[in-house]
Amino acid sequence: MPRAHGSKLINRHLKKEPSDLKEIPTIEISTNLSEDVLNIANGVFSPLKGFLCYNDLDNVVKEKRLESDTPWTIPILLDFDNNDVKEGDTVLLVNKENGVRALLDVEDIYTYAKKTLSQEIYRTQDKEHPGVTNVNNMKQNFIGGKISLIDSKEREFDDYNLSPRETRFLFKEKGWKEIVAFQTRNPPHIGHEYVQKTALTFVDGIFINPIIGKKKAGDFRDDVILSSYRTLMKYYYLKERAVMSILRTSMKYAGPREAIHHAIMRKNFGCTHFIVGRDHAGVGNYYGPYDAHDIFSEFPDLGIIPIFFRSFSRCTKCGSVVNDKICPHDPKYHINFSGKKIREILRNGEVPSEDMMRKEVAETILKFDKPFVE
Amino acid sequence: MVEEKDEKKYTTISIPSQLAGKIKKRIEGTGFHSLSSYVTYVLREVISGVEDEEEDEAFSKEDEEKVKDRLRALGYLD
Repeated sequence: MPRAHGSKLINRHLKKEPSDLKEIPTIEISTNLSEDVLNIANGVFSPLKGFLCYNDLDNVVKEKRLESDTPWTIPILLDFDNNDVKEGDTVLLVNKENGVRALLDVEDIYTYAKKTLSQEIYRTQDKEHPGVTNVNNMKQNFIGGKISLIDSKEREFDDYNLSPRETRFLFKEKGWKEIVAFQTRNPPHIGHEYVQKTALTFVDGIFINPIIGKKKAGDFRDDVILSSYRTLMKYYYLKERAVMSILRTSMKYAGPREAIHHAIMRKNFGCTHFIVGRDHAGVGNYYGPYDAHDIFSEFPDLGIIPIFFRSFSRCTKCGSVVNDKICPHDPKYHINFSGKKIREILRNGEVPSEDMMRKEVAETILKFDKPFVE
Repeated sequence: MVEEKDEKKYTTISIPSQLAGKIKKRIEGTGFHSLSSYVTYVLREVISGVEDEEEDEAFSKEDEEKVKDRLRALGYLD
């Protein structure tokens, strides 16, 4: 099992609630930021102990690395507009929805050019890009500093919310040494299953890790994604070889940079391999289809092995699922796994063909009155 | 309030000229744009395998049992 990123798995949970909380100034943070706080505290973002200070941010933007030279590609930032806070203060971060309360030691207060941030992280300043919109909506100032989590409340799906310490413990108990991680935001179709099982063939176990959180209208609901995977695993996976746990974080749509970030998080969960598909974490036409593959060559010291899949489809000549390395037949024999098409069929209350989706998975989805976010 | 800070610092390392010449030939036509970028890449690759390992904090006996119960409930442990 790999070491955590940066060598040490971070744990920023306070063992005891401080007694003088009422005297500490409070900053209310968004639900998205509170997820970042939890991911820092639980070690998902190891080696980060808090929100980025200027030097780390500048290095991440320009070099795709922290100041310590550790690979890091996505800025984890706390923006704020409270002018009363000063460097050296301790503030209480609060989010009511998640019940998150955490202390923040204010080490650095700074500004950073948003245009540079957008251009370097998202490779564009186009306001249509959701990441650029998020950057533009940020407040002008950023605070960097270490956090210490006081508490958070229990939430839906917490049974499936394993921390990196827990997954590492689980993998050891199962005797797995090589573990491949699969990230998803959708219920599984046959193509996903093919990719997962192809990778699983060469390692000890698979860690299916759906991203749970804010979604847009038309996306599958979180409970639908979890239920459909439970069904797939029940009927089509060896229970000794597959586990699933959720990851609460927002998608940034930063394409190649985000692929590295996704791999780092899975390394922290204890995985040795990470599946990267076509246009991983992409949106629109902002990135080339394999930019998220190419970027890995910049990180010989990443500490997790990417497994690249270029494309996969069902070949009517081969009579099986194939990828571009193994099938000699003309593309006219290839049927692509279209998520859009599968959604349309399910939306009409119909079961897609078994060439596209397992019947049991489709039936699980159709048991929900409203499987899609409205 | 900090608005601008120093640019990243680099340092100079000496390597034999003949080796430098071989490396320059080797990186011709590759994605490496300079001798420095290639040497940095190789050193990062080497150093990543020899960094000190720090022991992660283990669960207490009590917490370990709680985690095991949780994992059994999910069907992940027998």
